Amino acid sequence: MNRVERRSRTVQSTLADEALFDRLQRAALGYFLQTLNPFNGLVADTSRPGSPVSIAVVGFALSVYPLAVDRGWLTRADALRFSLAALRFFQASDQSGSPGATGYKGFYYHFLDIHTGVRVWRSELSMIDTALLIAGVLTASLYFCADTADENELRGLADFLYRRIDWRWAQDSGETIRQGWKPECGFLHYGWEGYSEAILLYVLALGSPSCAIVGDCYRAWTSTYQWENLYDHDYLYAGPLFVHHFSHAWIDFRGIHDGFMREKCSDYFQNSRRAAYIQREYARRNPQEFAGYAENCWGLSACDGPSDEQPQLSNEPRRLFGYAARGVPYGPDDGTLCAPSVVASLPFAPEIVLDAVRHMMERYPEMCVEGRFSSSFNPSLADDNGRAWVSPGHYGLDQGIVLMMIENHRSQRIWELMRACPYIRDGLQRAGFHGGWLQQPPFAGAG
Amino acid sequence: MTQDYDGSITTPQDAYERQRLASVHPPRWVNPHAAERYHLVIVGAGPAGLGAAKTAVALGARVALIECRLIGGDCLNNGCVPSKVIIRTAQLYAEMRDARHYGAQVPSDIQVDFAAAMERVRRIRSHLSGGDSAARLSAIGVDMFFGEVRFTGADSLTVDGQTLRFRKALIATGAAPNIPLIPGLAQAGYLTNENVFDLTELPRRLLVIGGGPLGCELAQAFSRLGAQTTIVQDMPLFLGNEERDAAQLLSDAFARDGIEVRLNTQVVAVRVEGGQKLVDLVSDDYRSTVAVDAILAGIGLSPNVQGLNLEAAGVDYDASEGIRVDDFLRTSNPLIYAAGDVCLEHKYTHTALASARIVVQNALLRGRERMSRLVIPWCTYTDPEIAHVGLYVREANRRDIPVKTFTIPMHQVDRAVTDSEEEGFVKIHVRERTDQILGATIVARHAGDMINEITLAMVAGVGLRTLALVIHAYPTQAEAIRKAADAYNRTRLPPRVRSRLARWMER
Repeated sequence: MNRVERRSRTVQSTLADEALFDRLQRAALGYFLQTLNPFNGLVADTSRPGSPVSIAVVGFALSVYPLAVDRGWLTRADALRFSLAALRFFQASDQSGSPGATGYKGFYYHFLDIHTGVRVWRSELSMIDTALLIAGVLTASLYFCADTADENELRGLADFLYRRIDWRWAQDSGETIRQGWKPECGFLHYGWEGYSEAILLYVLALGSPSCAIVGDCYRAWTSTYQWENLYDHDYLYAGPLFVHHFSHAWIDFRGIHDGFMREKCSDYFQNSRRAAYIQREYARRNPQEFAGYAENCWGLSACDGPSDEQPQLSNEPRRLFGYAARGVPYGPDDGTLCAPSVVASLPFAPEIVLDAVRHMMERYPEMCVEGRFSSSFNPSLADDNGRAWVSPGHYGLDQGIVLMMIENHRSQRIWELMRACPYIRDGLQRAGFHGGWLQQPPFAGAG
Repeated sequence: MTQDYDGSITTPQDAYERQRLASVHPPRWVNPHAAERYHLVIVGAGPAGLGAAKTAVALGARVALIECRLIGGDCLNNGCVPSKVIIRTAQLYAEMRDARHYGAQVPSDIQVDFAAAMERVRRIRSHLSGGDSAARLSAIGVDMFFGEVRFTGADSLTVDGQTLRFRKALIATGAAPNIPLIPGLAQAGYLTNENVFDLTELPRRLLVIGGGPLGCELAQAFSRLGAQTTIVQDMPLFLGNEERDAAQLLSDAFARDGIEVRLNTQVVAVRVEGGQKLVDLVSDDYRSTVAVDAILAGIGLSPNVQGLNLEAAGVDYDASEGIRVDDFLRTSNPLIYAAGDVCLEHKYTHTALASARIVVQNALLRGRERMSRLVIPWCTYTDPEIAHVGLYVREANRRDIPVKTFTIPMHQVDRAVTDSEEEGFVKIHVRERTDQILGATIVARHAGDMINEITLAMVAGVGLRTLALVIHAYPTQAEAIRKAADAYNRTRLPPRVRSRLARWMER
């Protein structure tokens, strides 16, 4: 192949890639527009009937509207209207912390009623999900920077909501941030240890000018990290793939290092890249011999999945785990793969992600419904026609991460916006991050 | 007659039991006349006491060994030995049910013969008791006494009406199960490791309180023997000290076995209704009640320090932490030492034995052996087994020791694959940019055997570079350790050198 031919192939594949990205992003956007309650800006956790709101999904929604405006798929006026509705709702919401409230101490219950916005399912006041919500709130405030009454109001509300969060209270006088609280029993004890998606939570909690966490909280958390050599890759270990994505959806970790990463001569961006390669290697090895697993078919993450749980029986042996944080290399692994998590690795390792995405879409078209990836599919549980088991409906978290990470790959738009966020910058610096864009003066990244 | 699953259970008096008692506490044993003064008086004939007695006698010392119950202590009678026997039988039943996984037919009618399983427990326990019988100890020169001990002074104690004087003494009275204070538990009745091996009928439904090593081992064993088992742990994961992945793999294994796992859950009350035990559980704001036939309690161990009149000997102790010792295992009375569960944080048979060796060195040979110098491995014998030695990563991080872990999942090991035992991993922690081994965790079917190689390397100061040179027989599961060492070697080449090498190879 000569140089002209090579160049022609590259242009063709780039065009094809762009078309694919457009298709996936527009379909993902459709999820938010279809499940949105325009009166309060809340968005459903899943597309299944009766689904409550997940506050994290609202955070993703607030982040994807600006991207959709930039791409011409949503008017700025609509995006502003939806965002303002959500921010106004949270500002006025019941913060008493009572069992039927919406939040407490600036945090919010994980699941809310889509019409009334009050707590449902006796869900916990969730620190990590509040962080994902507030990241979306801040994204909106950075995007809508025009000097108009509505955009001024939006920025004021965003600042109010962020500053209202009492991150210090969430420490519960301990070394690290608690993950949940319930009015019925107080703080919950999940015992999270090791690297997780909580890096965003810590950065936001450190950046607060009003109620930042105190002490050596970030260091206490990172002291549970494990730096491992697995399949000949050195990386900061976390099994489920989404852990390597969620904070990265908002924060550009390229070239910036905290104390841990400086010592390891790496950064969190590189780490997510290695995590993708490790996932691919695990699927190639396919230790449990599940159908479909291959170099171009991977993605073990937190997702829905088939279940063999029998509600009336509590002591039956289980091999299928339903909604679970599947991970590499220790599982749990029941043959269920999460395509959205593969797409979310796009900014880190496009050279392996694109091939995998194309392969999975071609081989298992049934997992794409309305052009959107379902939460998961399981080729080991194929029907008589050879079609893989597919998780019904769609999950908002999946659609949000797909849309954002494709955009971060294409234009780095969210990363650029958030670089200008003073709270994020302060939080990163207080966590000990240096280098890269953090050393450059912030620039206005608004749209 | 249906068995009551409570404290009233006693050991069936069969031939095995009579043989065991003849060894570990002969019914007509006559205590010897006490010598004028002993070089070493040992209180407690568990692993630490036995180990010290045999070593001291071999050195020519005059030794008295005193036991109030059974020679062999918990390890032989109520702990490691009987639990491993029952675990083996349970594993066999699990494999029979899972036969298809091994390309074999599942037997058509698997009926668990629980009574036979427990008879095997008694037979093997009885067989092993012969090794350190009272008669044999006596024959090698140990003055063997049975009876309650009371210290009467800094260098004397009484047993069975006789006063024994000593130059040095060793307290090795071990520990007993720690029963949680749960309203209604005592009235409802419960099992502990001290009587669970005396069962002859399988409880149909069993609740295990506590997710420590023994609780996990027995929960899995009884589940595999057919008991509908629930395990309740008040922490987010089992085996509180182990690393997260190890504990998570165990939770997954329990789920596969059909054990109902209740993490982050506390038992708040027990009551008896209609002949069954109703156990109230609370997990955060979720309350539930489980109906069972038997409850296995005994969270952790409490040191046996009561009734010894330690005050008279000037020996400091704490009811929950045990006898206070320095790094040389000396108590607050310089003539008296302690070893084993009664004073150590790590309550294992092998730690008891190691501590006994230190005491003999320090007490009789004026040695300066330190407990803190020991490299202590341990293992929980679930399926898969979970073994550890040395530092955990979180400990290294807290001490600002840069640490890197070389991880080999067992699915990378051919022998694990051929045996369909791919679950688990070998993780070896080294000081970053060196090959010095700081610690290791192994989760594998035979992790307990595999950890010994890492322990040897740590004791001998052997690093991963040298381990990579050790030829491991192929195919063995211990090859995982060599693979970790190989992975280390591959990281030694900087990327620039590696690419130069690649270019040179291409010439």
